[in-house]
Amino acid sequence: MQRETWINLAILLGLILVPLWAVVMDEPFTITLTTKVVILALAGVGLNIALGYGGLVSFGHAAFFGVGGYAMGVLASHAQSYTPMQIGALEVEGTKSMLIIWAVAIVFSGITALFIGALSLRTSGVYFIMITLAFGQMLYYFAISWPAYGGEDGLSIYVRNGFPGLNTLDPIQFYCICFVLLCAALLVSARLSSSSFGLALHGARQNAERLEAVGVRPFKLRLTAFVISGMITGLAGALFADLNRFVSPTMFSWHTSGEIMIFVILGGVGRLFGPVVGAALFILLEHWLGGISDFWQFYLGLILLAVVLFARGGVIGTLAGREVAHD
Amino acid sequence: MTLLNITALEAAYGASQVLFGVNLSVAEGEVVALMGRNGMGKTTTISTLTRMMGMKSGDIQFGGTSLNRLPSHKAAQLGIGLVPEGRRCFPNLTVEENLIVAARDGEWDFEKVAQLFPRLKERRDQLSSSLSGGEQQMLAIGRALMTNPRLLILDEATEGLAPVVRQEIWTAIRTLKAQSGLSLLVVDKSLKELASVADRAVILEKGRDVWSGAPADLTADITTRYLGV
Repeated sequence: MQRETWINLAILLGLILVPLWAVVMDEPFTITLTTKVVILALAGVGLNIALGYGGLVSFGHAAFFGVGGYAMGVLASHAQSYTPMQIGALEVEGTKSMLIIWAVAIVFSGITALFIGALSLRTSGVYFIMITLAFGQMLYYFAISWPAYGGEDGLSIYVRNGFPGLNTLDPIQFYCICFVLLCAALLVSARLSSSSFGLALHGARQNAERLEAVGVRPFKLRLTAFVISGMITGLAGALFADLNRFVSPTMFSWHTSGEIMIFVILGGVGRLFGPVVGAALFILLEHWLGGISDFWQFYLGLILLAVVLFARGGVIGTLAGREVAHD
Repeated sequence: MTLLNITALEAAYGASQVLFGVNLSVAEGEVVALMGRNGMGKTTTISTLTRMMGMKSGDIQFGGTSLNRLPSHKAAQLGIGLVPEGRRCFPNLTVEENLIVAARDGEWDFEKVAQLFPRLKERRDQLSSSLSGGEQQMLAIGRALMTNPRLLILDEATEGLAPVVRQEIWTAIRTLKAQSGLSLLVVDKSLKELASVADRAVILEKGRDVWSGAPADLTADITTRYLGV
């Protein structure tokens, strides 16, 4: 087995053991912190498909994270106020069912990604970065000026949404849901990476012209990857909103896009577990450095600088070595 | 039967015109050598016919379909396989993955490519960037064959390779000619090898086709005047 596989298994084991330890020690805060890691890692797994496999430096993934969050917020707020949504002549009831909310979040973030991708993938390099950023900010300002759903103040949801057979207000049970979804997304990501679609996507990143010469159109590949990526990040947004029982325009902001990108870069661009390690490190540093200094972002910036300069494969790349296919 | 027919092809890099009415045809199963000194328009002709580069005017017909307005991936899907100058394999994919990326239904699959180049089978799990120049060239040819083309274009396929490896590539090209019935358009600097494998040669001079005929008819006068040898 490759060294990277052992590292991945160790990370997975850590994600099982830490919350178990927290249950035994009665540390619900640790469970919530680990849940946050898992959800943000899920968002990173989504971005990693576009950025790591496809080489698409999207600076607007907060758009999908926010769409997922607002899908949850809008549906749950209508359910808790017992008022249906008015869509044209249609009246649509809200819901507190996680399964329905996830489906809506995935579909809407997928449609958003399809629209943004279809326009922005006609550009490349710095223009692609700027267009994705612009779309993210457009949605951010739209959310701010949307008073029906809280505007700048956001929306509070008083009770966490439900999942059949589980008490989602119990931190460990909600953690289990998020962990299973992360594992499913990692499985999708791994399968995708080694499929002929994924190989062509890697090929498009390395030499798009050559890929066209063997009869594959890079645009279609990239758009598909971008949509899948957006859907996974959208699901993470719905879970994040459920974790906090709160959604606000901040979910759409470029800070969020930057943070998701940091998870991927810190852990290792294109590495399956890169976003998981990146998100875990980010949250731990935020927690730890935040306790030491108010300027914790400054120190985080120094660490990120060190990773970019001296550990270009990220944490996973440094531990596992760089000679890995698709890196 | 004519597979590829290029008529009065003109192409330019911005304001600088490179092709001035090139005519070129390749019949089914024919091996055509495209010759000329450096900078005479061989690679530009190939880039234009594979639709990697736009054309100013002229007509390109392939298997009865006009390529004039098609994007390059459509041209490849119609059956034009290109082994580009400089090989350009996907560096961070393994040998097998480089081949899978290009695979389309047809007689050429991994096993058949491995029969032609057994070394690729030995190196199947290695990254293509870790291969020697000769092995990368074999991979580039294998990748083009995996698209199951009707016309295989080899642009400087033996350039920069050791003499022993160069012979291996020429042997493979002869095997392809003898066993596959593929049409081949070959650009190379080795006049002797080209003459031994080609059914017909076309010489380009300053963006125009100036001579066409059987390799046996290439006299010393023609090679000195147009090829500088």
